[in-house]
Amino acid sequence: MSYPTSININGNRYDKSIDPRTLLVHFIREECGLTGTHIGCDTSNCGACTVLLDGNAVKSCTVLAVQANNHEITTVEGLANDDGSFTPVQEGFRQEHGLQCGYCTPGMLMAATALLDEIPNPSEQEIRENLEGNLCRCTGYEMIVRSVQWAAQNPDGIPVQIGESS
Amino acid sequence: MSIVGTKVIRKEDPNLLTGRGQYVDDIQLTGMTHMAFVRSTEAHALIKGIDVSAALECEGVIGAWTAADLELPPLPEVPGLERPTLATDKVRFVGEAVAVIVAESKYAAADGTELVVVDYEPLEAVTNIEEATAEDAPLLFEELGSNTVAEVPSADDHQSVFDSAPHTEKIKLINNRCTAAPIETSACLADYGPAGLTIWASFQAPHHLRNRISAWLGIPQDQCRVITPDVGGGFGQKINFTPEFFLAPVLSKILNRPVKYSQTRSEAMTSMYHGRAQEQEVDIAFDNEGKIQALRVFASQDMGGYAIGTGMGMPVLTTAMSAGCYVIPNVSVAWRNVLTNTTPIAAYRGAGRPEATYLIERAMDHIAYKLEMDPTEVRRQNYIPKDDFPYATHSELAVYDSGNFEGALDELLEIMDYESIREEQVANQDMPEKPLIGVGFSSWLELAGFGPPGSLEGFGHLGSWESVQIRIQPDGSAIIYTGASPHGQGTVTTFAQIASEYLGIEYDKISVRHGDTATIPQGIGTMGSRQVAVGGEGVKNASIGIVQKAKSIAAHKLEANPEDIEVKDGSLFVKGSPSKSLSWAEVATFSFQRLELPEDMDPGSLDETILQEVPNFSFPSGAYACVIEIDKHTGDTRVRDIYLVDDCGTVINPLLAEGQVHGGVAQGIAQALYEEFSYDENGQPTTATFIDYLMPGAPDLPSYTSGRINTPNPNNSLGAKGIGESGSVGTPPAVINAVVDALRHLGVTHIDMPATPQKIWKILQGGTK
Repeated sequence: MSYPTSININGNRYDKSIDPRTLLVHFIREECGLTGTHIGCDTSNCGACTVLLDGNAVKSCTVLAVQANNHEITTVEGLANDDGSFTPVQEGFRQEHGLQCGYCTPGMLMAATALLDEIPNPSEQEIRENLEGNLCRCTGYEMIVRSVQWAAQNPDGIPVQIGESS
Repeated sequence: MSIVGTKVIRKEDPNLLTGRGQYVDDIQLTGMTHMAFVRSTEAHALIKGIDVSAALECEGVIGAWTAADLELPPLPEVPGLERPTLATDKVRFVGEAVAVIVAESKYAAADGTELVVVDYEPLEAVTNIEEATAEDAPLLFEELGSNTVAEVPSADDHQSVFDSAPHTEKIKLINNRCTAAPIETSACLADYGPAGLTIWASFQAPHHLRNRISAWLGIPQDQCRVITPDVGGGFGQKINFTPEFFLAPVLSKILNRPVKYSQTRSEAMTSMYHGRAQEQEVDIAFDNEGKIQALRVFASQDMGGYAIGTGMGMPVLTTAMSAGCYVIPNVSVAWRNVLTNTTPIAAYRGAGRPEATYLIERAMDHIAYKLEMDPTEVRRQNYIPKDDFPYATHSELAVYDSGNFEGALDELLEIMDYESIREEQVANQDMPEKPLIGVGFSSWLELAGFGPPGSLEGFGHLGSWESVQIRIQPDGSAIIYTGASPHGQGTVTTFAQIASEYLGIEYDKISVRHGDTATIPQGIGTMGSRQVAVGGEGVKNASIGIVQKAKSIAAHKLEANPEDIEVKDGSLFVKGSPSKSLSWAEVATFSFQRLELPEDMDPGSLDETILQEVPNFSFPSGAYACVIEIDKHTGDTRVRDIYLVDDCGTVINPLLAEGQVHGGVAQGIAQALYEEFSYDENGQPTTATFIDYLMPGAPDLPSYTSGRINTPNPNNSLGAKGIGESGSVGTPPAVINAVVDALRHLGVTHIDMPATPQKIWKILQGGTK
């Protein structure tokens, strides 16, 4: 059985006929080839698959793709501005070494983006609590906290082109 | 200003921040299929039959195979103790691979595994060392006659010292079983075509994997290519051979299609090698001043269901490093490796050294309890003096290179207010609503920078050097190819910094390539805190070699002596006559043009390959202090502050060094307070998901307060020691010492890791330990 599903991801419409049990994260990764969104667990604990669904952070392993039918998704590929410049959250993670292996990073970026959308100047405690659903094994979190603080303090960011190396 | 030692933002980040990283599961090949395993649900059982027929009927399933169908050799491991690639007649732990399915999609492959029926005849399981070494214990390998697969007794137990010592203590310690759990699980993709085999693998040592797979398959190494693209964390868990890396190529060849395997977390929790799982019996003898006179250690290493070389080496490292930062005149060590019906054991960040640090730092606090001394004073009584290096220990593996252990403690007491924490501790004890406070110390030392010749060979690697090749491009930019295989450490950045420093080429014009056996010189890989101390030294030496040749070219063109050429800011010029200069780009172009070169130089000479060796391990050290708060009513235990003084010798990039420490400290706190991989009496795992296995999140961990001292490593010219494992080595005893310190007034002298709220609540309810 297949089910026609249309999801707008990062401003592009994807029309696919899918097995109704398909998870949103598999729709994004396997059907649409947007592999920036990662999978780190199968119990909805790690948050590596976090995306924005109509602007709200959701774990895309816990949403069926058909539930997102006719909704709008933003993934990490859709974060940077049209000119390639980073958002303050992306730039903050770069400036404050908020990532090491980079695997949890897309989910962290999306969760942090949703957090700052809701609370533009969060306290350290608010940052930690709001990122509770995103596990990182590399950083010990302090530099992730600093990254989000950097983004809060620099809402205009620093325009850096993708691919520039320093 | 020197770029070595400077905070530089990482080259790695832009791709990873935009979803343009490429991890194994991100790769899609034409005609690709998906592999999934049927895994044992029994800890110890005979396999009486496997029926795959229903799976073969499942839509999308291409094939299903058991050991009998494929007749594979065992995984390449310790002779006589090999692990079958797929279980044959018997399973030895829950999660062992029993059969394999290949299907058109991940979903179909998963469906197929559900339809395979395995007929098990359960056997009694042994789940810990005590059970496994009991006289009538069921045996994992009947033919071995014992579950103890290796045992090394001590040469001299120093009993006479214990007999005459003013004080002795016997301490039993359990170093809890943990799983490294990088957020990316194991993954591989094999494409075995007419031109040979390519494997993309989430792995820390691509050449190691390539060499073993080609030998295992019987194909020449030139036709076997391993690529480690972006790798989502490793922590030692990705230097071990598991069945997927061998089965994917076999099935790709059979099907003549690419085969991908993306492990689920539930599989990873039981099938990726675990770490720690060591029990220790420790005896100490000491005098009235707290000076330790003798140390006796017996380490029992749980091997899990199969013994592999890396796992067997864990107690070797523990017993080599058991004396820690201290002068101990009599040390006696013994160890054994014991099989149990649990997930096999291998390296996890620190690998044997956290276990050593834990035992000696717990022992120091036991001396303090007995003599009612301050824990810092006991340590001061015993430190190796800073002028006594190199320092030979009881172990020939451990000749400490340099250090200043008391200096690290002094610096630690500078960055914390010890006195006021002690005052608060006393005051809080009588105030019901205030938390109990404890402060714990750890003066730690580890063995890193693997290693001197023979060291990694002992763990099955080809060598202990690391490869670095630098090739100058015609425009004066440089590409570094290295056998180091980073997965988060920031090596692309640090190697470019070192090369920039010694080549005199801008940082922005240096790229670092790694993780492809087809293009990188034979390398070893990333493990054992070795990249900067070994590979980084290679980058420096290769850079110096290239600059020598570049100077000859410049001298030839500028009609000067090579000794008079200097390199600075991207140009080469005659000393004292800066107007007589060539840009690096000009020299680089000339280096490819026969007519521009001196007679004794061939085109393409600005290309240097080094297999960098080091004469000794390095010995990073430091002093940590942890401040614990315990809720008197609930037992809720939190690290309020942690103070970290590291000595890793020369720091290449302070931002990245700090990040390495933070991550290791987080894993150390996690081991001490949260994480334990446990089993019930039948060998069924009870913490096999992230719901039960308590990997900490952001609210569970503190901010970190850092200090630093620097005693350069005398065994490499950079002076670097390594930093990757420091935090996970030094932290657990600091945390446990703090927890016990908070509960000392209740008579507590020990609490096993992890110090869970439940254990502490029971103590607070009146039980003492």
